[in-house]
Amino acid sequence: MNFEVIVENLPKLLDGALLTVELVVFSSLAGLALAFPLALARCSPRPWLRAGPWAYIFFFRGTPLLVQLFLVYYGLSQFEAVRASIFWPILRDAWWCALITMALHTAAYIAEILRGAIQAVPRGEIEAAHSLGMGVWQAQRRIVLPRAVRIALPAYSNEVILMLKGSALASTITLLELTGTARTVIARTYMPIEIFLAAGVLYLLISFALVQVFRLLERRLGTYAC
Amino acid sequence: MRLTKILPALALALGLASGASAADKLKIGTEGAYPPFNMIDEKGKVGGFDVDIAMALCAEMKVTCDIVTQDWDGIIPALVQKKFDAIVASMSITDERKKAVAFTDHYYTNKLQFIAPKASSFSPALDALKGKVLGAQRATISGTWLEDKVGKTATVKLYDTQENAYLDLAAGRLDGVLGDKFVNYEWLKSDAGKAFEFKGEPVFDDDKIGIAVRKKDDKLRQRLNDALAAIRANGTYEKINAKYFPFSIY
Amino acid sequence: MNLHGFGDQLLAGTLLTLQLAFASLGVGLALGMAGALAKTSRNAAARWAGSTYTTVVRGVPELLVVLLVYFGASQVLTMLAELVGIDAYVEIDAFTAGTIALGLTFGAYATEVLRGALQTVPHGHVEAAQALGMGSGRIFIRIVMPQAWRVALPGLGNLFLVLLKDTALISVIGLEELMRKSAIAVSHTKEPFTFYMAAALIYLGLTVAAMTGLALLEKRAARGFARRTA
Repeated sequence: MNFEVIVENLPKLLDGALLTVELVVFSSLAGLALAFPLALARCSPRPWLRAGPWAYIFFFRGTPLLVQLFLVYYGLSQFEAVRASIFWPILRDAWWCALITMALHTAAYIAEILRGAIQAVPRGEIEAAHSLGMGVWQAQRRIVLPRAVRIALPAYSNEVILMLKGSALASTITLLELTGTARTVIARTYMPIEIFLAAGVLYLLISFALVQVFRLLERRLGTYAC
Repeated sequence: MRLTKILPALALALGLASGASAADKLKIGTEGAYPPFNMIDEKGKVGGFDVDIAMALCAEMKVTCDIVTQDWDGIIPALVQKKFDAIVASMSITDERKKAVAFTDHYYTNKLQFIAPKASSFSPALDALKGKVLGAQRATISGTWLEDKVGKTATVKLYDTQENAYLDLAAGRLDGVLGDKFVNYEWLKSDAGKAFEFKGEPVFDDDKIGIAVRKKDDKLRQRLNDALAAIRANGTYEKINAKYFPFSIY
Repeated sequence: MNLHGFGDQLLAGTLLTLQLAFASLGVGLALGMAGALAKTSRNAAARWAGSTYTTVVRGVPELLVVLLVYFGASQVLTMLAELVGIDAYVEIDAFTAGTIALGLTFGAYATEVLRGALQTVPHGHVEAAQALGMGSGRIFIRIVMPQAWRVALPGLGNLFLVLLKDTALISVIGLEELMRKSAIAVSHTKEPFTFYMAAALIYLGLTVAAMTGLALLEKRAARGFARRTA
């Protein structure tokens, strides 16, 4: 083991880790925001409203994240119309492409988690809300969703950890996040074991920190109480 | 040319090469993912400049040759383990590799040169590269050059494959790509490369490409050198060169 | 969708993807079983090893595991060989490295699934088998596993669906499975969207096929158990 090479390249690796955290935090939040309407539509009694989210979730859960990333980054630029559109300034940027793909991907999984949680809200509580004179939307907003969020939180924290691991794929579209930085350093130093192990330790530290954040959040929201 | 995986090569330095290869039959290793030097077509057949040179050398030495493909990272270990007897895969002759294998004389000289959109006023001068977005393949001399020379002043994007760098150049995400001149040349000839051209002179022009053999196979190395000299002298080399490039790459 | 004659190549890639998935499944199930036994062991060192394995592998990106195995394993194996006095170079090809890496990942998650399933088998069953004079190996195979298997199957099935998609990562180290074949087709045709979309549809097809197969397996494993509808 050559620790010198780890110490020497640690600042670069930490820079990469910062980008990793950035990607995970933003994509998890954007994914969550996207997942709410998806989950609500997916639970709708109307078949035409359920079909769209069903197809979306089926596609994003049934194909590899790497394929989705390549479709967005390399695939979309095949079309002149995309490159001429107002979206190009965003889509030409690897950072945005990674963020968008990761958010779309994780939203499909979070939507399924939320759907399960919405269905797990006791029927009696909804009936109680109705008997208090709340309408369907009011009951959803004030009773069902807050309850569902608490039920879904542990599963959501798992999903965020999965996104942390998925973020390594951003290295394949030139982003110098933690894995990308490690690979670039190795191309110069030829010390794969040392550098990859150092990167692995940083990933473990990040996931440990994320788990702690969620533990605090669960305590705040009183998940343990229900 | 690519430098990946010096490491197993180093691990091999003390390796287990021994004995000369059979005189009448040779196995040649190549990568098959490096057009126009070595590539596999949609039917799975291997061809390209490297392969043509290898076949010409075999004809000159009057031996029958089989072409074997092997991924780039494992190509030196496979040679030492006698999976094949020589590597003809556009391999740069470097000091690091020389610790693991022996090289023949060079059979062509690679150059690194920028390509950029015809419409742009791109120039390879270090000052002019400031603030540009430049691409190259990871773990190549080009990637190293970009990082060393303009890593602080320009945005350097490194790709898993050369092809992905070209896709991004065509998509307008890059101002220029630095790569092997002849590989760039091939891409410029394609439909996707129509709107692009070489910019300025090569930034590095003395990357010698040779054939690698096991260190103990000095006899084979000598025979390959003799055959190389012969096909250079009798016009065979020129013919193969002309098939791929309208200028000499020796 | 015009595949410009690359249909056969995509098919060949798909077959390799399947081979890789099943080989990794084999390795992963073995590792998962070993992990589950270690974690439920009375030996503290075994429990420690089991939980270190699952914690580390589950906290590190699959891609990093793949790269570490591919670029690191031959270095480690060569050093090990030197330690025991063999002067040899050990080569790890992309398929082997991929199988090990994906197997390691699958095994870490499967450890938890199998551990949970093993714990559902009532201890009385084991005691009854012991009273009948069965050896511990026999008890495991004939009494514990058939019951635990039924409980573990849905969880393992989900992990297999994840594994199937993770095979795409092995393209990064050059194995010509479905994703890599698509990239080769892109380099010839300059049509990234066409071929990555074709790959996506093939992965979807594989997922659907795997889900169907798993449903059949689950039905089979549930034979002899009372159904809720019955």
